[in-house]
Amino acid sequence: MKCRTCRGPAIIELPRHNANFCAEHFLQMCRRQVEKAIHDHDMLQKTDRVLVAVSGGKDSLAVWDMLVELGYQADGLYIALGIGEYSEESREYTERFAQERNLKLTVVSLRDDYGYDIPTATKVTGRVPCSACGMSKRHLFDKAAVDGGYDVVVTGHNLDDEAAVLFGNALRWDVEYLARQLPVLPSRHGFPKKVKPLIRLTEREMAAWCVIRGIDYIVEECPMAEGNRHIGYKEVLNLLEEKSPGTKSSYYLGFLDRMVPVLAAIAATGADSVTPCVQCGAPTGGEQGSVCAFCRLVERSAAHEPVSVELIRKKSRSQKRVQAEASKK
Amino acid sequence: MKVILRNPRREIEIEGRRRVHALLVELGLPRESHLVIRNGTLVPGDEELDKDDVIEIRPVISGGF
Ligand code: SF4
Ligand SMILES: [Zn+2]
Ligand SMILES: [Zn+2]
Repeated sequence: MKCRTCRGPAIIELPRHNANFCAEHFLQMCRRQVEKAIHDHDMLQKTDRVLVAVSGGKDSLAVWDMLVELGYQADGLYIALGIGEYSEESREYTERFAQERNLKLTVVSLRDDYGYDIPTATKVTGRVPCSACGMSKRHLFDKAAVDGGYDVVVTGHNLDDEAAVLFGNALRWDVEYLARQLPVLPSRHGFPKKVKPLIRLTEREMAAWCVIRGIDYIVEECPMAEGNRHIGYKEVLNLLEEKSPGTKSSYYLGFLDRMVPVLAAIAATGADSVTPCVQCGAPTGGEQGSVCAFCRLVERSAAHEPVSVELIRKKSRSQKRVQAEASKK
Repeated sequence: MKVILRNPRREIEIEGRRRVHALLVELGLPRESHLVIRNGTLVPGDEELDKDDVIEIRPVISGGF
């Protein structure tokens, strides 16, 4: 196998590009895809102060690495979610990455700073872990960006993530979610601008970026993600990809090109009135004098005794058994 | 050869030599969701793995959002 660019020995094959690459030209391909995404969707300016949401996983560390390499001023924010060993290890990877490169990293701890963690919040809300977790992360990234005077928040969502979310939204024909599934959310009503520079790169490519660049990241899955719907969608899309390379990118990038304009009128409607939360001042969709969802979650979770990761996992497994048995009947 | 699998981490022994993609097929692991790594370097699909090699097959799908 030879590199498409230099004819030297290849280290990775990318069927969707109908090409193989050596390490150097693989990295070059990735950089170009990121630059193209940034340029096509007007994501970042070189003068922007950028805050990268880092989790210790491959995508967020790779995007931080790429942006710094491309000359952006990018700092990191890590949120310690209190998901047992998984959280401890992912924090170590993140801190090591930042230290080795002399990058600025801020750590916010749910337990130390807000008196709760994700397993406890999951118990309190009675919903899937990713729901309380996603909401907490969004709130804290927004807050850190506004408080720190950042122009834009970067997340490591890649092509597989976006294609899986699109697949889920289209399965349910959730038109409002479809209309808002954009790679750039402009800043409005006190929310910072948010962008996803990795939308043109797959998970496999991001993992390969990390291996080639010598970036250690947490390979283990978040234990709360088990059985998560998105993983199922990704597996389905990868089966199609294997049969017909390029399916994922034509699905998602075609959506951006051809469906998003059709949905633009719907995206423009929707909740436009925003008031500040009376407790933390964050913008919220509620009426005057209301408390935001994050503050309500903090209050309920902090009052609850801490719950272990294992307990939540046992509960979700037994729930699944009950569902499986019910569906057999 | 020694094959290290992840999530959870475990090791298996495979007898004899194999090409990378043959090994993935044999283990039922889709190429699109795995990387094969030997001594910290990526190994392409057509490479022949030796019986003394130690390789890692790393899944690349992550959940959550
Ligand atoms: S998988 Fe879900 S619970 Fe785990 S870190 Fe991601 S969003 Fe949070
Ligand atoms: Zn090359
Ligand atoms: Zn609030």
